[in-house]
Amino acid sequence: MIEVRFHGRGGQGAVTAAEILAKAAFEDGKYCQAFPFFGVERRGAPVMAFTRIDDKPIRRRYQVYNPDYVVVLDDGLLEVVDVFSGIKEGGNVIINTNNGVENSNGVQINKIDATGIALDILGVPIVNTILLGAFAGVTGQVSIESLIKIINETFSGSVAEKNVKAAKMAYDAAKK
Amino acid sequence: MVLKVMSSNQAIAEAVKLAKPKVIPVYPITPQTTISEYLAKYVADGDINAEYIRVESEHSAISACLGASGTGVRVFTATSSQGLALMHEIIFAAAGLRAPIVMADANRALSAPLSIWNDQQDSISERDSGWMQIYAENGQEALDSVLMSYKVSENKEVLLPTMVCVDGFILTHTVDPVDVPDEEEVDKFLPDYNPEHAYLDPKRPMSIGTFTDPDYYMEARHDMEVAMEKAKAVISDVSQEFADTFGRKYDFIEKYRSEDADTILIAMGSICSTIKDVVDELREQGEKVGLVRVRVFRPFPVEEIYDAIKGASNVGVIDKNFSFSIGGVLHNNIKSMMDVNAAGFIVGLGGRDIKPSHIKEIVEKTNNPSDKPQWIGLNKEEQ
Repeated sequence: MIEVRFHGRGGQGAVTAAEILAKAAFEDGKYCQAFPFFGVERRGAPVMAFTRIDDKPIRRRYQVYNPDYVVVLDDGLLEVVDVFSGIKEGGNVIINTNNGVENSNGVQINKIDATGIALDILGVPIVNTILLGAFAGVTGQVSIESLIKIINETFSGSVAEKNVKAAKMAYDAAKK
Repeated sequence: MVLKVMSSNQAIAEAVKLAKPKVIPVYPITPQTTISEYLAKYVADGDINAEYIRVESEHSAISACLGASGTGVRVFTATSSQGLALMHEIIFAAAGLRAPIVMADANRALSAPLSIWNDQQDSISERDSGWMQIYAENGQEALDSVLMSYKVSENKEVLLPTMVCVDGFILTHTVDPVDVPDEEEVDKFLPDYNPEHAYLDPKRPMSIGTFTDPDYYMEARHDMEVAMEKAKAVISDVSQEFADTFGRKYDFIEKYRSEDADTILIAMGSICSTIKDVVDELREQGEKVGLVRVRVFRPFPVEEIYDAIKGASNVGVIDKNFSFSIGGVLHNNIKSMMDVNAAGFIVGLGGRDIKPSHIKEIVEKTNNPSDKPQWIGLNKEEQ
């Protein structure tokens, strides 16, 4: 089983990202589970969301404390939340940032300027699908084809189109 | 079977779409809100041919349900926590008037302190209302339970409402694979509701809900208890018919590796999924541990539970609710109805996450029981 923890702020789409990842993994033929943990229900407040992916049905119903992967939608959270908490040895962090990130305890850090890509392609700083593209590229735990399919099912029209383009761009960049 | 990834709230809304109620009065409240949103969308899109009433409170939601049910049509509503508490007056009236309402409750802690997160105090506090209560373990069971509940509630031997309880956030906001049954098969399993007796019809005037003097009240309440007892056979039959049609069988309780277990835990709802993982882990280490999951809480399946646990040396009952000076309500019910020594544990109030380490602590304490109910997962040891 692999476990993923998303850190975002209310309104940034962390919960949607966790669900899209779960659905894409399911599309790949895996079992999945995704769920949020809200602090307080308002825009801007720190939010966590979790995805579990496995080859067999997933039963456990508690939060993810020892993630294989962590995805951070907003580097401002680094000052507020310990996003590295409990991450497994050899674990992997994918973070939306333009700044240097101090690495704690040998975790692999993958930086991506998702906000830049988002402003460029979507015109708004919504980074969730971009980080999912990067996640697929870095980890190989979900196929970009399934990811694109689920992004297309989740959004419609030009929003879907732009999100697919942005996710694909992040995927290609991460693959290199 | 086509599995789709969805939350329990969506699974419940899908079940409602298939059950085809005629009136849906709902008032949104976290974490039930997305049920009301899905249903509003389905009605607006014409996927459900129902009157969707945007009421001004939960008291009005259940009142509208009762009024509509009184005209002899199928109805649905959903609520949570403070909303259920606000319904309290009409919850009792709906059962007493024998209205076969099906309602989903997204289990959430009651205020104060204010909490939007999960425990089961809200629905447990309505246990004496005359409603049947189902505690679902996952989204699939929530969907299936809504369909089965209409068939049980509307049975003329029963005519009592049902509350389908799902753990807030832990189920309501968790997406995982769910099979949505085929509409034609559901239509055969659950045809339109055709009331036989008391319903309002201008061509056949009658009063429902009249004043009752001391000569009649006790009989009316006793009739409800008789109906609750009769519901057991109906639940069994409906469950079997559901299994024959859809291939999923739900009993009053679920026994998980409990047959030869020395230590048995008893619990309700989504926590049971985590317990199953812990049971498997402990079994691999040679500990004979099992789980009995209580699915139907009212009518209370005394014989089924007792049969399942009487062979065990140690029994631990886990509650996400608390009755002051007494302990957990499921624990108390089991101790009062069965000749069994059972340790009681309070967990997960107000959304406190329940980890495998907590379950292992409970197993350990069940094997070395104390007289008082124990609170597991407190930040400070205050016991």
